[in-house]
Amino acid sequence: MNNENKLKFSDDALALAQRMIKRYPEGKQKSALIPLLHVAQAEFGGWLSSDAMDYVASLLDITSIEVYEVASFYSMFNLKPVGKCVIEVCHTGPCWLLGSDDIVKYIEKKLSIKAGQTTADGMFTLKTVECLASCGTAPMMQIGETYHENLTLSKVDDIIHECKATVVDHVTHWSKKEIK
Amino acid sequence: MGRKLLTENINVPGIQSLDVYRQHGGYEGLKKALGMSPDAIVEEVKKSGLRGRGGAGFPTGMKWSFLAKPDGVPRHLVCNADESEPGTFKDRYMMERIPHLLIEGMAIGSFALGANTSYIYIRGELLYVFHIIQKAIDEAYAAGLLGKNIMGSGFDFDLHVHCGAGAYICGEETALIESLEGKRGNPRIKPPFPAIQGLWQRPTVVNNVESVMAVVPIVKMGGDEYAKIGVGKSTGTKLISACGHINKPGVYEIELGVPVEEFIYSDEYCGGIRNGKALKAVVAGGSSVPILPKDLILKLANGEPRLMTYESLSDGGFITGTMLGSGGFIVMDEDTSVVKNLYTFTRFYHHESCGQCSPCREGTGWMEKILHKILDGHGTLEDVDLLWDIQSKIEGKTICPLGEAAAWPVASAIRHFRSEFEEYVKNPSSIKKDNHYYRLNNISSEVA
Repeated sequence: MNNENKLKFSDDALALAQRMIKRYPEGKQKSALIPLLHVAQAEFGGWLSSDAMDYVASLLDITSIEVYEVASFYSMFNLKPVGKCVIEVCHTGPCWLLGSDDIVKYIEKKLSIKAGQTTADGMFTLKTVECLASCGTAPMMQIGETYHENLTLSKVDDIIHECKATVVDHVTHWSKKEIK
Repeated sequence: MGRKLLTENINVPGIQSLDVYRQHGGYEGLKKALGMSPDAIVEEVKKSGLRGRGGAGFPTGMKWSFLAKPDGVPRHLVCNADESEPGTFKDRYMMERIPHLLIEGMAIGSFALGANTSYIYIRGELLYVFHIIQKAIDEAYAAGLLGKNIMGSGFDFDLHVHCGAGAYICGEETALIESLEGKRGNPRIKPPFPAIQGLWQRPTVVNNVESVMAVVPIVKMGGDEYAKIGVGKSTGTKLISACGHINKPGVYEIELGVPVEEFIYSDEYCGGIRNGKALKAVVAGGSSVPILPKDLILKLANGEPRLMTYESLSDGGFITGTMLGSGGFIVMDEDTSVVKNLYTFTRFYHHESCGQCSPCREGTGWMEKILHKILDGHGTLEDVDLLWDIQSKIEGKTICPLGEAAAWPVASAIRHFRSEFEEYVKNPSSIKKDNHYYRLNNISSEVA
């Protein structure tokens, strides 16, 4: 663990973390780990550095390794920096049947990156993800909290345009909005 | 029109809110349940014949009756809202539109099981649904439907919603429990079963969202009445989430027993195959269950119509049958590449394998690679046999059913569509001509 751990939650985030911890019985505070990692990701720029994970460990009074092994298991946690907008396109069977490959290719071409990469200006990261329970409204993608469904290429254009125009801070699944 | 027990009021404006939900009979089931003995509620659920709606189909009442009740040890009801099985989106639909039905079911179930604190474990990606549930829980607390002495019954009940972070495996009940304890979602070896040692080593029941919701009408109407709906041991109604190449994708509540052909072609349900195409194949119960070609999904081997029931869908075993599973009903038209669809499923299972058991961790990866090789035009006939061999060495050799879930789609695709694999191997140029491989639909021309 780094000796100089400068990261800290905002007061709002800390209050939320305390409320979350109280949902579990005395001594079982580790159960709040996943929710707290979502908060940490929102607080610390859309990804989990080892400092961020160490900080969460200190909040829960568990060892850092207990946090690392969990953060590395779940696909929603980014262990490397990501763009401000993370575009997650579902590419599992039901979405593929209705054209998700085309959606991925179109966004790759539009942003000049491949799936898994981030644009040079740090604005967008494109990811392919597995089934998001939106098969009846396929193809679909998720940005932050929002499900964008029944996608067409022109819808994708509009969504990306909207992101460029409005997004200032990182849009992670949990955002500052959830924390206040 | 079949009876609607869960979706009757789904389109009532404002049904998300407590007030409107109560105006339509909401929490009457809980009120009735709190006047019954817990054992009597378990008995009604047993009599209803309700089977786990998450996919396994295990009788819910029986699961409840296995719960250990040692003195002084808290026990828990945990709702599995980790809906992640490809093709399945019914729980999301219900939680989003009528969250109080889930809360009412959780309160009834927890009272019946003697659980004073229960949890709803929802997949992390469904953050917006998490907020909907949280808001509904807050409303229920404010109205005295949750918390101390609910509805003046003397029963104290706390309900919390908990979010995951992206892991299909956490839909397996012991992995879900591990995850709820703040750990990696590695399934536990059973026994001990969760009913004896579950969450924090305490007796625990894990039930799917739809199962929990179904308890509400069961208590209201009585188990015997519920059991009158359906066919044989497939009682009640089931939510089917239909997707793929159909005219009307969506969530349908059916009385178990509707003929598959009617479900696919009737305007009441899927409305037939889109763009005037013909049906090729169906994955009837979520990506894990065997794919069946048109002839076998519509009719049993003996020529009788196949019905939407647990028994009829599995008739003939895996040679000619499949499973009702989660009710994730994926329809493919005549232009679909079964091999490419299988590749996406296999990639999914490889991605989602927790890695504990070698046959699953390694086998899913090799199956994905071989399918990729075949689709890349470099496959051999031996590769098809090798795929068969690998899937047979995963099935039954893992701690949890993800092994079977990964093996069955491969086995069934080869069993029923071997000629398509062989065509891709012998004539690679046939691969690209398939319009569901590189080119999908009419938006494709804009992509190139």
